Amino acid sequence: MSDTTQKTAVRPTGVTMSMALPWLIAGAFLLVMPYVFTSNSAITIMNQMAITIIFALSYNMLLGQAGMLSFGHAVYMGVGGFMCVHIMNYVEDYSIPLPLPLLPLFGGLFGLGLATIVGSFSTRRAGTVFAMISLGVGELIAACSIIIVAFFGGEEGVSGDRTMGLPFFGNEFLQQIDVYYLISFWVMLSALLMFLFSRTPVGRMANAVRDNPERAEFLGYSARWVRYYSFCAAGFFAGIAGGLFAISYEILTAENLGLLLSGEILLITFLGGVGFFFGPIIGAIVFTLLQTVLSLQTELWQLYVGALFVATVMFFPGGLAGVLMMHVPAIRLGNAKLLVVPYIKTLIPATIGILAISGFIEILFYSRHAPVGETEMTVFWTDIDTASIVPWIVTVGLALVCFWITKRNAPELVETWHRANAIDGGKA
Amino acid sequence: MTAAALELDGLRKSFGKTEIIRGVNLSIAPGERHAIIGPNGAGKSTLFNLITGRFPNSGGKVSLHGNDLAGKAPFEINRMGLSRSFQITNIFPKMSVFENVRCSLLWSKGYKYSFWTMVSKSQDLTDAADAILEQINLTARRDLPAGVLSYAEQRALEIGITMAGGADVIMLDEPTAGMSHSETDYIVDLIRKVTENKTLIMVEHDMGVVFGLADYISVLVYGEIIATGRPEEVRANPKVQEAYLGAALEEEH
Ligand SMILES: Nc1ncnc2c1ncn2[C@@H]1O[C@H](COP(=O)(O)OP(=O)(O)OP(=O)(O)O)[C@@H](O)[C@H]1O
Ligand SMILES: [Mg+2]
Repeated sequence: MSDTTQKTAVRPTGVTMSMALPWLIAGAFLLVMPYVFTSNSAITIMNQMAITIIFALSYNMLLGQAGMLSFGHAVYMGVGGFMCVHIMNYVEDYSIPLPLPLLPLFGGLFGLGLATIVGSFSTRRAGTVFAMISLGVGELIAACSIIIVAFFGGEEGVSGDRTMGLPFFGNEFLQQIDVYYLISFWVMLSALLMFLFSRTPVGRMANAVRDNPERAEFLGYSARWVRYYSFCAAGFFAGIAGGLFAISYEILTAENLGLLLSGEILLITFLGGVGFFFGPIIGAIVFTLLQTVLSLQTELWQLYVGALFVATVMFFPGGLAGVLMMHVPAIRLGNAKLLVVPYIKTLIPATIGILAISGFIEILFYSRHAPVGETEMTVFWTDIDTASIVPWIVTVGLALVCFWITKRNAPELVETWHRANAIDGGKA
Repeated sequence: MTAAALELDGLRKSFGKTEIIRGVNLSIAPGERHAIIGPNGAGKSTLFNLITGRFPNSGGKVSLHGNDLAGKAPFEINRMGLSRSFQITNIFPKMSVFENVRCSLLWSKGYKYSFWTMVSKSQDLTDAADAILEQINLTARRDLPAGVLSYAEQRALEIGITMAGGADVIMLDEPTAGMSHSETDYIVDLIRKVTENKTLIMVEHDMGVVFGLADYISVLVYGEIIATGRPEEVRANPKVQEAYLGAALEEEH
């Protein structure tokens, strides 16, 4: 699924097994997940994840595929979502026979509608101009949410009831699990359509325009129109994500349009990796896990997510997907096993070191913010006393020792890395 | 009488106060192979940029097959059948070599802004792109990112994507610059082959290439054409001798 090199199938008609396999696995995975994680909260987390996946993939149609850095993508998801809540309410009030599973389509159409308007002036240029317009439009529509109360519902937002629609094969979507399968269907469909879009002429030219808009113009394509089509498609899928959000939460507020969410999706997409189609999927999964699971463990979770993001930008601009795909040449050459031992020797001490630092930060945070006299706390399942010097010394000492070991073993990893990526496995 | 493939009428261009192109008149017949030569900084690339819509002109007129190109964007001019290469290699470095060529075929093959066809399912597209790769000798590099190719290979790709669209007027800006002798010979053969029955306008410093390929030569000095004619006429022209060719020919030998 790499963008840079796409091999054409030897037999270009029909769907080959290797093309269909990742999709079949993903589908099967979605089907069995609720049997593995059965609790309602787990299903809510998975719903959130799937919605974020669609949103992030849609964002990457702009950033990764067409080279447009948007600071206002939440607007398209938000508007699609608001519209869907309103439609839910019309369905309830006027008994319109609309089955709930079709609702996200309307979210998509409204996202698309807004994108066709905004895109008509924002896609003239990429780069800073586009980024600034996206920011401005984002602010503008977020501001509208307190002005146009009839549509956006002011401060409390608008809410609806998803169960009042036409039953879908007898299902009224009372349970989270019903919603889960509805969302799973849409996540598969949207991801597939977005993937196929990247393989169409306009999708291919989006890459060309991203890399070199001028040259694309000398090949007969208007860079502006290519961007415009990508932008509209991204708006459509963001709207679908919004519709699913409306179904899952039954409420939308100004937060769903805000810059915070627009920034978050940029972060998620970048974290996952913009260079590969599946990058944003990884980003959405990892981020949602951090956001839900880590936030239960520590108040400082945003600090750690921020640190992870900065580290990704600095050291792995290809994101998590880039890190994974980096290993493909070594695996193809059959040298992946060479890397196992050096990885263990560097990554384990590095991980312990990072955990020790986070332990230190937690102790520091607690000792600063706990009520006076409270010195007992639990870090990593260990009861400690912040008044004692021991936990401070242990965490700092452990971190120093671990980083020293990592640093000592790193050259071996680098050397093995080069060997594993050499054609002859470095035997010569 | 048929319209000239390309006609320049009093074409001018100033950057700020300095006038770089100072009233160029030129008529190039269909099927002609025309070389534009001249010293560094004469304005040859600027002339190309004016013709292809990269820069707006400050005066005068450009017509392609009798159609005025005023106010047309590069992509519109390209769709009218004019394609160009660049002096400084201008390709899609992150995309594969094959993908570079395929993208340059899309418009002319009628795919336009289609989002309902799969490019990999279009056998004609794949075959045409592979045929061009074969022609420019890059089949072995097919799936590599274009950015990792050697300089000469990138130049060959530049020519490949210029001619891929099937334009009938082809403009090449120093196609052989920086190439070795054998590479130059190869590119000259390639140019001759792919511009068969097409109009070629070429900027070139290598006099061997110019005299080998061109039917007509124009000499551009300080933004003006001081001579146009058959190679032997231009070679014998005393003005050209004085301004440019004497020095250039000496350099050759
Ligand atoms: N965008 C621009 N802005 C200002 N001046 C420019 C611009 N482009 C070109 N020039 C100037 O115009 C003059 C002609 O440049 P041009 O590149 O057309 O020359 P050339 O004949 O192609 O030379 P060479 O043989 O070195 O390629 C130069 O003096 C250059 O500095
Ligand atoms: Mg030049």
